[in-house]
Amino acid sequence: MEIPYAVKPRPDTGLYNAKLGIWLFLASEVMLFGALFSSYILLRVNAEEGTWPHHWLNIWLGMTNTIVLILSSVTVVLSWASLKMGNFKRYKFYQGITLLCALAFLGIKSFEYHDKFMHYEVHLKDGRIADGHKQADSTDKILVLRGRYVADHKDLMEGEVHHEEEPRIEIPMDQIATMENYGPWHNTYTAIYFTLTGLHALHVIGGAIVIFFIWGPLAKVWHEDPERYTNRVEVSGLFWHFVDLVWIFLFPVLYLL
Amino acid sequence: MQPTSHADSHGHDLHHEMSFWRKYIFSTDHKIIGLQYGVTALLFMFFGFCLMMMMRWQLAYPGHAVPIVGNLLYHMLGSDMVGKDAAGNVGVIMPDLYNSFGAMHGTIMVFLAIVPLAFGAFGNFVTPLQIGACDMTFPRVNMVSYQFYFMGGVLMLASFFIPGGAAQSGWTSYSPLATVTNGSQHPNGQTFWILGMVCLINSSLLGAVNFITTIIQLRAKGLNWMRLPFFVWAQFVTAFLLLLAFPPLEAASVLQLMDNLLHTSFFLPTGLVVSGQAMHISGGGSPLLWQHLFWFLGHPEVYVLILPAMGIVTEIIACNTRKPIWGYRSMVYSILVIGFLSFIVWAHHMYLTGMGTHIATFFQTTTMMISIPSVIILTALFISLWGASIRINTPMLFALGFLPMFGIGGLTGLPLGFNASDIHLHDTYYVIAHFHYIVAPGTIFGLFAGIYYWYPKMTGRFMNEFWGKVHFALSFICMNLIFMPMFIQGMEGMSRRMYDGGSTYLESAGVVGLSPEIVHLNVPISHAVWLLGLAQLPFIINFFYSIRLGKKTNSDNPWEATTLEWQTPTPPPHGNFDKPIEVFRGPYEYSVPNHARDFTTQNDPDKQEPIIHGNPVRS
Repeated sequence: MEIPYAVKPRPDTGLYNAKLGIWLFLASEVMLFGALFSSYILLRVNAEEGTWPHHWLNIWLGMTNTIVLILSSVTVVLSWASLKMGNFKRYKFYQGITLLCALAFLGIKSFEYHDKFMHYEVHLKDGRIADGHKQADSTDKILVLRGRYVADHKDLMEGEVHHEEEPRIEIPMDQIATMENYGPWHNTYTAIYFTLTGLHALHVIGGAIVIFFIWGPLAKVWHEDPERYTNRVEVSGLFWHFVDLVWIFLFPVLYLL
Repeated sequence: MQPTSHADSHGHDLHHEMSFWRKYIFSTDHKIIGLQYGVTALLFMFFGFCLMMMMRWQLAYPGHAVPIVGNLLYHMLGSDMVGKDAAGNVGVIMPDLYNSFGAMHGTIMVFLAIVPLAFGAFGNFVTPLQIGACDMTFPRVNMVSYQFYFMGGVLMLASFFIPGGAAQSGWTSYSPLATVTNGSQHPNGQTFWILGMVCLINSSLLGAVNFITTIIQLRAKGLNWMRLPFFVWAQFVTAFLLLLAFPPLEAASVLQLMDNLLHTSFFLPTGLVVSGQAMHISGGGSPLLWQHLFWFLGHPEVYVLILPAMGIVTEIIACNTRKPIWGYRSMVYSILVIGFLSFIVWAHHMYLTGMGTHIATFFQTTTMMISIPSVIILTALFISLWGASIRINTPMLFALGFLPMFGIGGLTGLPLGFNASDIHLHDTYYVIAHFHYIVAPGTIFGLFAGIYYWYPKMTGRFMNEFWGKVHFALSFICMNLIFMPMFIQGMEGMSRRMYDGGSTYLESAGVVGLSPEIVHLNVPISHAVWLLGLAQLPFIINFFYSIRLGKKTNSDNPWEATTLEWQTPTPPPHGNFDKPIEVFRGPYEYSVPNHARDFTTQNDPDKQEPIIHGNPVRS
């Protein structure tokens, strides 16, 4: 038993099954991220004056990642076009670049995550607030930050700070009232930042795994059934474009606004 | 299907023997997957009903040990959950357990019983047959869809046995309640609930993609859109609702999981105080946000529950009135309008949340609008009965029962849709009665009708007619005895979530409260619930007995129906049709004048111009 239109398009719809399937799947993905972006808007609009931070993320890193993903979108199309023209080697080359881009993106993203987890807001018992990145030479007794003191929590809400240019602060542990890093629990902004980019990163990982499998282990299908193989590349490419598109929205929303 | 390089393998997969595991457990055949869904969903429906039978004991006789199963409950769930009554008998449902049962009754009935039965089982089994397809477009995705559903079910069931018990915050899991309940313990019942829901959402997502592509891509030659049986239309719209409405709940579930496990505050407002203690949270979240996201799914979900049942009932009514469905096109357009409008009515569940009167007015308007296409469909079905010589059999009885029951459920929803009257009725037993009339004697009757109707196609045997009628009559009476008094209780102001059935709020000298008669109605309602449980025994026995011992069907088309699923061998083999299928006519050509038989199947190439009401039918 052969499922009809698994490879060849159905004449009256002009689509093969998987292409229609992936578009439907992407429609549901739009609803998933749409709900999350709507949540972002609602939370931000409802935030009390002076509680929503701005420019906590490094715009240049975000920009680099945007360029990396756009580049990967281009190579995905080129790889598919290469297959359409029957040039398997060129496909391998372009799709290889796509995979490298995915790795580069995830690498930069994990660096940014790490940076947030090392970033501490420390409330001292004398009422001062220290804010900075925890240094490797911190011990059980002394917390070493590279950062600054501020008088009020609200002073932390504006602007990106380059802590590496700031002085070292040594704080004895027994003077600390509370300390918390900039993880998802820190405030609503970090919460939505980690949730949105985390889900997006999962999509990047998933898409990259699928593209890798078609590129590597399943490459023999090209020699048996080139049209089916090309379709697979097209469908995974459509998904990859969607993942890029989500990032195109994430970048201004989280980094610039 | 994998490409094959062997030229001679054609047709082999129809005949070679597959192992039990491949054939029944990891099957990619849409019919087997449909049966898997069906059997699992029926088991969950029975389980969800058992939870309610125990809850009804607590409501009718608060503080008394549950008879028969009380001891078992105690040994399974422990002394935190099951207590002793004044006489020292073990088996009193404690408040936490009551809350768990309530939350899980709703969750199980909606997400693990009705949807999988209506969409997963009937949709899988019948839809490809009715459109003349050999299978779904993505058979392996279909299998994975069932496996996700199964995993979701296992997670939900397992949550009863973890410390702290299953989720306790209602099937709606409103935050912050859902986050602070058992908040010191992780993972708790709510975590299991969320993970289970994520599995169920993934399952229905994969199913929905599969259904829509199948209906669009695999329709037989000649089966254009206006020749589709109404059941296929219903599944098509349902699939779109699942595809687009479920993801926001997935998003909400992820956010709530973050709140519960990583201590974010998406749904937790600043300054939240629980049990007199200020919570250590960053705050800034919005409880309303959860409700919006939940009901954005929740309301389309209501139509996911009802539309497949409408589809089933339409098939059965057409077949047993031996007449074309009256207003087929109007019904199709109506169901499309319902599908669209169902996305913009969700906040009528939230009139009392303080979201604002302007928003409430908008949603009141859309809610009134959506009742119009629903009434069109119901009216068309009623008019279809007009002047027919109706064949009364068990499926038809259930289909006929569906019509007034759904009518009552729908019409009693109007006062809830108006925000002025909703202020009084909100969160009372009136709401319970309203939506159960739609889902229990409505949808479930439709599903029973479908089981009795397609059983001969699945097994080659009929279910017993006499016991089927007994099942119908008893169920019909009990359903009304259960839910009709709840309207009265609700209008008198009895709140829906009270552990003791309202006795705390009994009126007494100088105190305004619920009258004793209203609270006492709990007792006859509970008796009717248990009787309804007994009334299912004929069905259960009949269902299993008839597999091997029921009356054999005399042909592949025992009901003499027109649609394509009856043109397959019985039961349909892997690949379904043993001949190429081409469609020449609409779905309901019954009693066409000048024809020898009173039904003309869709694939009947008879070129004679069919005449209806003296006018040639436009194709």
